[in-house]
Order: sequence, then structure tokens, then C-alpha cells
Amino acid sequence: MDLSALSAAELHTLLADKEVSATELTRAFLENIKARDQRIGAYLTVTEEEALRQAAVVDRRLAAGEKAGPLTGIPMALKDNLCTEGIRTTCASKMLADFIPSYDATVVARLREAGTILLGKLNMDEFAMGSSTENSAFAQTRNPWNLQHVPGGSSGGAAAAVAADEAVFALGSDTGGSIRQPAGFCGVVGLKPTYGVVSRYGLVAYASSLDQIGPLTKTVQDSALVMNVIAGHDALDSTSIPLEKPDYTDFLVDDIKDLKIGVPREYMVEGIDPEVLRVMHEAIRTLENLGAKVDECSLPHTEYAMPAYYLVATAEASSNLARYDGVRYGYRAANAEDIVGMFKKTRAEGFGAEVKRRIMLGTYALSSGYYDAYYLKALRVRTLIKRDFDAAFATYDVLLSPIAPTPAFKFGEKADPLSMYLSDICTIPVNLAGIPAISVPAGFAHGLPVGIQLMGKPLAEGTLYRVAYTFEQNTDFHRTKPALTGGEN
Amino acid sequence: MKLSRAQVEHVAMLARLELTEEEIATYTGQLNSILDYAAILERLDTQDVEPTAHVVPLHNVLREDVVRTSLSQEKVLSNAPDADNGFFRVPKIV
Repeated sequence: MDLSALSAAELHTLLADKEVSATELTRAFLENIKARDQRIGAYLTVTEEEALRQAAVVDRRLAAGEKAGPLTGIPMALKDNLCTEGIRTTCASKMLADFIPSYDATVVARLREAGTILLGKLNMDEFAMGSSTENSAFAQTRNPWNLQHVPGGSSGGAAAAVAADEAVFALGSDTGGSIRQPAGFCGVVGLKPTYGVVSRYGLVAYASSLDQIGPLTKTVQDSALVMNVIAGHDALDSTSIPLEKPDYTDFLVDDIKDLKIGVPREYMVEGIDPEVLRVMHEAIRTLENLGAKVDECSLPHTEYAMPAYYLVATAEASSNLARYDGVRYGYRAANAEDIVGMFKKTRAEGFGAEVKRRIMLGTYALSSGYYDAYYLKALRVRTLIKRDFDAAFATYDVLLSPIAPTPAFKFGEKADPLSMYLSDICTIPVNLAGIPAISVPAGFAHGLPVGIQLMGKPLAEGTLYRVAYTFEQNTDFHRTKPALTGGEN
Repeated sequence: MKLSRAQVEHVAMLARLELTEEEIATYTGQLNSILDYAAILERLDTQDVEPTAHVVPLHNVLREDVVRTSLSQEKVLSNAPDADNGFFRVPKIV
């Protein structure tokens, strides 16, 4: 039996029944990483010693009669923008190449308390800016389904690791689609929770009003199990909602009869791959056969979401990344003559091209004389986009769309920044509105996974889980495994 | 709105980024095409629309003004490129 192919829920049963130990399980994943990660490139740091130490602690406690919690002994990995005390956290940037946080992110602390095993830190686009993980300063992550293709981004390492059984689950972050798109590209489940449901304390900030942490998992059930641990109010994050946290597994019900699903026509964009369109139509048929009512609807301001996002996100990023000045942590350029020279050289040498581009754009959008025309305008458009969703949710329980216009593209295919940005067209509006959304495997195109996106009203993760679970339980896409080769297609 | 080279240099100064000649040229081109695309926002009449800076209706989330433990000085200095006697040392400012 291949332990590494099992879900967290299945592994929990084995651990609780003492059929497998946490140490055995951890070794199985460390073996997989050794055997596969040269090809996949998901990991920036593998914490082998620490993982085995944690596993030994778990095994001792289980042997002493402690009951195994749902995630006790489960090996997982974290996107490298989540602070892990004592463990290098780089954000895939030269700026933080040797940065060792002196505290854990709240989600990291919660996962630790739940008895999970940390296998390591995962590759990403630098500072979470990108849609392919090609912007990493350190490594190239390949799509396990076809090694010539990107895994998506910015949580590409997280999606690839879960897809390739190099971790049971991973945590990623999503600012414009960075959990959902790589999840879709790699055939795993990726949830972006409602803004404020998961604490951002210890997540290295990109755009503070858009960023959210979420799980990438093999199954919908595993996603709910992880949310049960990481979600919930945190006093250390003043944007964290003081919510009554549900048991997310209560929503894993195989029943969507009479549920109303809207398909916004604006997301079926011009240039969408005909195979992606086919997968969407098949998914709609499946959902209808399962009793849901599926209708076309409209979110009229959709086309304005992209430009609004690239002004709001970059503006916030220019502010958040101002802290990287070589003074207190991170890279510092040598041979600077004075303080301003040090700032300029440090930032020029520490940041990659995409990061610099976004800082430039954001700085311009916020600068005197342009603030109203760009940043403030974008914030007003954001209100219109949010209103579109509010209006749609008055009629529909969930909205359905593709995750992206195409499956995973090839390395170097989207060299023009604007064409890379345009591939995020389906995921970005969700972050502007702050609503929850989930990516679920729904088929294949040219041998690569295609995900569908379900969007819900604020705090409706439960409804998303219900639809996602029903869809998953009545299809087989989540049972297919990648070949870990570079096929010709 | 066309960004001139001078404007790009000004923005780089605001962002404390030292750019090469090549970078200034590349960024001028790329930023202009992104801004051209962003110009579609002008089509929308947003005069009576409130800006949404933040999606959740939380305001002024405060805590009791009570001293609590925070990071130790040692931890705070642990990643410093150049620390000296409890300070971060930097090149001359004045």
C-alpha cells in the first residue's frame, strides 16, 4: 500500500488504529521527496531532522494513550511566505535568502498544536507575485502532470507537492488566485477562505486587503479538516473576523438538490481553450444531473476587475515591501556610500524583476497627482465589483466558472507581463470582493488537469464544501495520479 | 497617460530602487502598456461610488492598553545585517 497516496482522513484511521506510526509515515514522504523533488522542484527547504523529531514526539504521545486528533501525525508542508520560527523563510527572494523568523505564523502554531509534521518550505513566485512560480529566485517547480509545464502560481510548490504525494496537504496563500489557480493546474483542491477567516499573522504581506491563507489538499474532506484547525479569530490579526467557527466537516454532504448555481457569462472569456469549455459544460451537466439548477448569470463589471486589481494590489505591495531596506533583516547591499544609496542598491539587488515592476506600478498609482486617478478610482471600481457579487448571491447559492482560460502553460510561454496577468482573469474578482472560492478537479485538457471554481457569499465556505464534496464524490478526477514525466502533447 | 522616462526615474526614486539604463527602458515600456490597459477604468462613472479599501466591516480594532511580552531584543536583532550594542548599524545618514 502506498501510504503517501492516501488522504489525511484515510491516514488518520491508520494512525488511530496503530496500523502505521507517524515516523513511518514521515519517512515515506521524506523518501518521496528524495526520489522525486529533483524533477518536481517543489521544496526550497526540507526539514528532515525536525520532521522526524516531531514524528517521534507524536508516536510517544500516541503510545502513552493520547487520542489522535484528525491531523495528528500528518506530514504537511508550507508555502515559503509563512513564518516558521527557527526555519529559513525566503519568500523565494534573494531579499530574504537567509531570513530566519523568530516567531511562528498563527496558522503554523495551530497546525503544530494539532500534531502535524512539517516536512519543509515550498517554492513560490517571489513575494507571491506571479501566476506560474517562474518568478522564484531559487528554483523551478514543474507540473507533476507534465514536467514541461508550469505548476501555476504563486503557490506552485504547494500544489505540485500535494499532487506528487510529497506532502499530504500544504498551506498556500491567495491574493489574486494563487491557491486556486495552481490547485487547478495540478489537479488538487484549493480553497481561498472569506477574507478575515484565517489569520494573516506571520504571513509575509503582499497586498493586505487581498491576501488570505488556505489549504491545498487531495480531497474536499481534507480541506475541511485543515480549515477546522487554521480558521478562526486571532487577536494578533486585527483584520481577523470574530466569527463563530463551524465544524467544516458538517458540510460534507452528498446532496445539492435544488441548489441554485449561477454561471457568470463574463468568465467564459474570449480565447478560452475549447477543451476547458468542454470540461465546464460537462461539469454543469454533472451538477444538473445531481439535482442543482444551473443558469447563466451576469457580473457586468468583471472586465474591470483585472485593471482594478493590478492597481490596488501593486499599491498595497509598494507599501508592504517598503520595509525591505537592508536595515533590520534580510539582504543588505555592500559598498553603499550613504543610507539612501544602501536602500536603493539593496532593493535593486534583492528584488527580482516582477517584484520591482509591481513596486513601480504601485508607487506610481499612489503618488501625488495620480492617487485619485488610479488608486482611488480602482477602489471605487472594487465597490462595483463587490456589488455585482452581492446582487448575484441574492438569487444564486454559488457561482461557477473555470479556474483559468487554459490548463497549465509551458515555461516561458507568458513572457509578456500583461499576458501573464490576463491569465488570472477568473480568479482575481474573488479577492477584490473578499468572498470565498474553491478550486476542484473537474477533468483534463491535453493531458493536464482542469479545475472548476465555485464562488460563495462571505462566510459561505460550508456551501462551497457541500457543492465541491457532492461533485467530487460523483466523479473520479481526484483519484487520478500524475505520471511525473514530461510528455509530448 | 504616457509615462515619460523622467517620470519612471522619479517613481524609482520614490520607491528607493536603483535601476539600470536597460531597466528604465524596459519598465517604461511595460508600465505604459499596463497603464494603457488600466485606462478602461475611465469608462466607468464612479462619482457617487464609495471606495472599498477593506471588504470586512471591522473598524478600529483595538486592545486594552496593557503591557505584554513581545519579542526580546535578542530575537529582534537576530537577523540584522549589522548589529552593534543593541542597535542596528547603518551607513551614515547625515
